[in-house]
Amino acid sequence: MKLHVLTPGLLTTVQDAGRFGWRHLGVAHCGALDVAAAMLANHLVGNRPDEAVLELTLQGPALRFERAVRLAICGARVLARFECKDGNRHVVEAGRPVTLPPGVLRIGNLRDGARAWLAFAGGIDVPLKLGSRSTDLRGGFSGLEGRALRSGDELKLRAPPRLSCTRPRMPKWWIDPHFDERGLPIRYVPSQSPVELGGRAWQVSARSNRQGLRLEGAVLESLPGEEISAPVAPGTVQLPPDGKPIVLLADAQTVGGYPRVGHVIAADLPRLAHLCPGEIVRFQSCDAQTATRLACAARARIARIRLMTDKYVIDQPSRGN
Amino acid sequence: MSFPPEAEFEAIADDALVLRIGDRIDSRTNARVHALCERIRAQRPVWLRDLVPAYASVGVFFDPLLIEAGALETWLRTTLDTLPAATKKAADSTRIVDIPVVYGGDAGPDLESAAAELGLTPAEVVERHASAEYTVAMIGFAPGFPYLLGLDPALALPRLATPRISVPAGSVGIGGTQTGIYPRESPGGWRLIGRTPLVLFDPSRDLPALLAPGDRVRFVATDAGA
Repeated sequence: MKLHVLTPGLLTTVQDAGRFGWRHLGVAHCGALDVAAAMLANHLVGNRPDEAVLELTLQGPALRFERAVRLAICGARVLARFECKDGNRHVVEAGRPVTLPPGVLRIGNLRDGARAWLAFAGGIDVPLKLGSRSTDLRGGFSGLEGRALRSGDELKLRAPPRLSCTRPRMPKWWIDPHFDERGLPIRYVPSQSPVELGGRAWQVSARSNRQGLRLEGAVLESLPGEEISAPVAPGTVQLPPDGKPIVLLADAQTVGGYPRVGHVIAADLPRLAHLCPGEIVRFQSCDAQTATRLACAARARIARIRLMTDKYVIDQPSRGN
Repeated sequence: MSFPPEAEFEAIADDALVLRIGDRIDSRTNARVHALCERIRAQRPVWLRDLVPAYASVGVFFDPLLIEAGALETWLRTTLDTLPAATKKAADSTRIVDIPVVYGGDAGPDLESAAAELGLTPAEVVERHASAEYTVAMIGFAPGFPYLLGLDPALALPRLATPRISVPAGSVGIGGTQTGIYPRESPGGWRLIGRTPLVLFDPSRDLPALLAPGDRVRFVATDAGA
């Protein structure tokens, strides 16, 4: 079973739950920027949570497939249209398992968020590299040849359960993995540095990418002294000499020399994936105990969604090689 | 020279912290970093996800469901305290990797200008660069990119004012007091004195990176045709 890429979208990459165990060799974590959303999309089509999905950025792709597929979209609101071979058009709803006959799926601009995740039953079939199928854009490997999708690409799917359908099937229920957290501050644990991120409005720079969320606004006083390069992680907030903070994301380099002012808590890290260029964002400090409590709450929320939808989801194929 | 009496911890994420054991780039501190990493790895802690040695610090990535950050700090402090004070690693217990390098010409476009700037002949730059023994202090910037300690101070060179848009894979460069090798084609501001045909990083190999933190490295000058 193959997906034919008619148009690739702005930046569409193959991602799974990311890479562990290779950071000492300079290999970034990568993986879906909102792993929970990718896991739920997988869950809806009956995949294991760490199966490879497509991560869409701001504008989605157009994909053609010659056999029936089951798919699910989670993340930002999307306008997804499907064109059957007989020419009939349908709107494809997100947040639920959708079974489509052969045809063309066109996903337009994303709304109310910068990214969405598109899972197919079986998962995207690219080889595991260093234990993950995630595209490493900076390292130039894994996923689809270490790069974003292009027109003309073909993506194989791993053996999904046999499906047959002649018209789209979509259940009436859907899931909404996100609380309405838009506009609420992003919580971070400050380091011992005297610089405060909170109490002011920041604007998300258009130069942000999967490596880092760049912030613009009132310039912070840069910290004195030269730093020896030290390990950094997704979530670490760096303050370069220009005084404009960078929140590192999943593709972050493994070591960095800029001073650090703290780190965004795990529970709020996925929210950074949804911020659009130009959007205003605020930060609020919190302590490590609160961060732990909120991370547990976020996990529990996802677990509840999975439990509630379990009975609607079909057999899970094994992960294979 | 002494180590800070108290190791410093800094949380860099909910699931990662940095243990800083020094505040300078020197081989003694870095040797202690590698010894500490070896000691941690030897105990195979179930919570360990990633261990990142750097010049004077170690990044510890853990599963927060299996250990709490406070307990981890205590554990790491104990591990550090029981580390022998003077880590004298016998040279023969460490891997030595020979890196063949074609110096100068198209392979090292900055060799001539670098030599002129240093007041040496190109042959002297090559001689000094290839006669030292280096240690992989850490790997970062890109997969497989080694930061090497041990550059002859006489070869220290400022970075290019305008970085190159594209540096070929395998390029050997000098940036400040450091020397390193570009694993793949990328932008870069280091002065390029040569190139190696070896592939530094290949995710499909059993050992994806040619060099690991703590390895010793020697550059061996070879002819372009060899």
